[in-house]
Amino acid sequence: MLKFLSRRLLLAALVMLTVLTISFALTRLSGDVAVSMAGPQATQEDIATIRRNYGLDRPLIVQFGDWVHGVATGDLGRSFLYHAPVAELIQARLPITLTLGLTGLAIALLVAIPLGIVAAMNEGAWLDRAIMMVAVIGQAMPSFWLGLVLVIWLGVKLQLLPISGVDTWQGYILPGIVLAFSAIPALLRLTRGGMVDALASDYVRTARAKGLTRASIVLKHALRNAAMPVVAVAAVQLGFMLGGSVVIEAVFALNGVGYLAWESIAKNDFPVVQAVVLFLATIFIALTLLADMLNALFDPRLRVA
Amino acid sequence: MRFDLRRLSLGLGVVIVAGLAIVAVIAPWITPHDPFLQNLDGRMIPPSWMEGGVPDHLLGTDQLGRDYLSRLIYGTRISMLIGVLVVICSGLIGTTLGVLGGFFGGRVDAVVMFVITCRLSIPFILVALTVVSFVGSSLTVVVMTLGLLLWERFAVVARTTTMQVRTLDYIAAAWAAGCSRTHILLREVLPNILHHLIVVATLEMALAILLEAALSFLGLGVPPPLPSWGLMISEAKDYMFFSPWVIMIPGAALFVLVLGINLLGDGLRDRLGAARDA
Repeated sequence: MLKFLSRRLLLAALVMLTVLTISFALTRLSGDVAVSMAGPQATQEDIATIRRNYGLDRPLIVQFGDWVHGVATGDLGRSFLYHAPVAELIQARLPITLTLGLTGLAIALLVAIPLGIVAAMNEGAWLDRAIMMVAVIGQAMPSFWLGLVLVIWLGVKLQLLPISGVDTWQGYILPGIVLAFSAIPALLRLTRGGMVDALASDYVRTARAKGLTRASIVLKHALRNAAMPVVAVAAVQLGFMLGGSVVIEAVFALNGVGYLAWESIAKNDFPVVQAVVLFLATIFIALTLLADMLNALFDPRLRVA
Repeated sequence: MRFDLRRLSLGLGVVIVAGLAIVAVIAPWITPHDPFLQNLDGRMIPPSWMEGGVPDHLLGTDQLGRDYLSRLIYGTRISMLIGVLVVICSGLIGTTLGVLGGFFGGRVDAVVMFVITCRLSIPFILVALTVVSFVGSSLTVVVMTLGLLLWERFAVVARTTTMQVRTLDYIAAAWAAGCSRTHILLREVLPNILHHLIVVATLEMALAILLEAALSFLGLGVPPPLPSWGLMISEAKDYMFFSPWVIMIPGAALFVLVLGINLLGDGLRDRLGAARDA
């Protein structure tokens, strides 16, 4: 277990280094960052000032070393637009994105697990096919469009829920539902597959032979085994949802990390862009590490790798 | 019952995809108007079956008076083109990485796995937005960006299936017959994992189309005045409370196309017996 753990940690560290490099290289794609930051009306002097203030006149390798050193000491740089440390900007907006992600994940699990169980119990029947159609439809739904449709229908026509901002907790419901849609198909398929295998297994047959109730067999015996991969994948899905929440935040005007990134990208605020990319990647790496640990904890066979 | 339903969904997928592909190809001959022609006197005309609609504009006009049906039809071209080009690009990258990793194993495989892990860790919507914004938006940039980002499922499936194929008798026979490594990779391994890759290709094509729409919706995808469905939704968003049809129509088109491709992919998976997680 210790060897497995150290190997995974080493891999995570290497991936982190690569992401550090990519996030840096990404923001230098435009060629001269200072020119795009200064905007079309800028004079040569403005550009030179920006170059000096942000250290862009130094060689790339020095700038990169600076970036790595900053990250290692917890300094993510200063925003060009907000004149504030990027770390503070992210910190201020993180609760919104995190709440949104967790709301989305909770809704996804609440929908996917019961539906997956019901589908598996009726394997091959019309109910199973109908439930799996939900997965197919969910996969084809453009999330931003679903968001707009829900805003028109639930928010404006029926006036049930707030359509933008998160002044109250109800503000998270619509964006949470939309975000959940992206994770439901995968979680639903996984739950169904795991339950189908578990229900066909020897221990469930034994449980049946002992005369246990159907509820006890399904919930206690089969679900416990089918749930393990679902928990691990849910962790990874949360990572995807946090990374993809930029679209949802834009639709619902939620001032989260994704919105910050979108705004910074559109306005060439490169220190924010590279920091947010790094930040979201770090969360994802941590979540996959967690998923691997959970898997290894549940299933000792995986620990050898 | 079960068998019929499956055939039904595969059939539906084929009809949708083939139908829209034909629409994309013959777009110039079936569009009633020029999709780029503005008419400021005829803005926001509702579809012809609604109150205030005119028969000349079947699906109405947009905020610049451009015929909505014509733009929708040309939008099919953009979505299809992006889907196909991205899949070709990402398929080449992913398959090469996956086959090499799966076939050679050891260090090569470790490197391939590392590259896949790195790719997965990157928040790709943000990265795509950044690239398009910093490099400048055009159809080519969108295709290249998505193509360079969406290869990981190809790589994962190609790697797993190559590992399964590698130890089979016909590969051993090819080695024994003195075939070269290249010959074995291209002539023995690749054809035998191809059906798995075709299923991945459909799913990735659907994903690429959805992502292009999302990027264009956020204003960092296909540039105006090109009639991308995502861009149409974005441009019409300010009018959606009074005229919901302006976002319903392009959104529904997007949904139907992606649904069709996914149904086709699911059907092919059942038919070809491809891997469940493909």
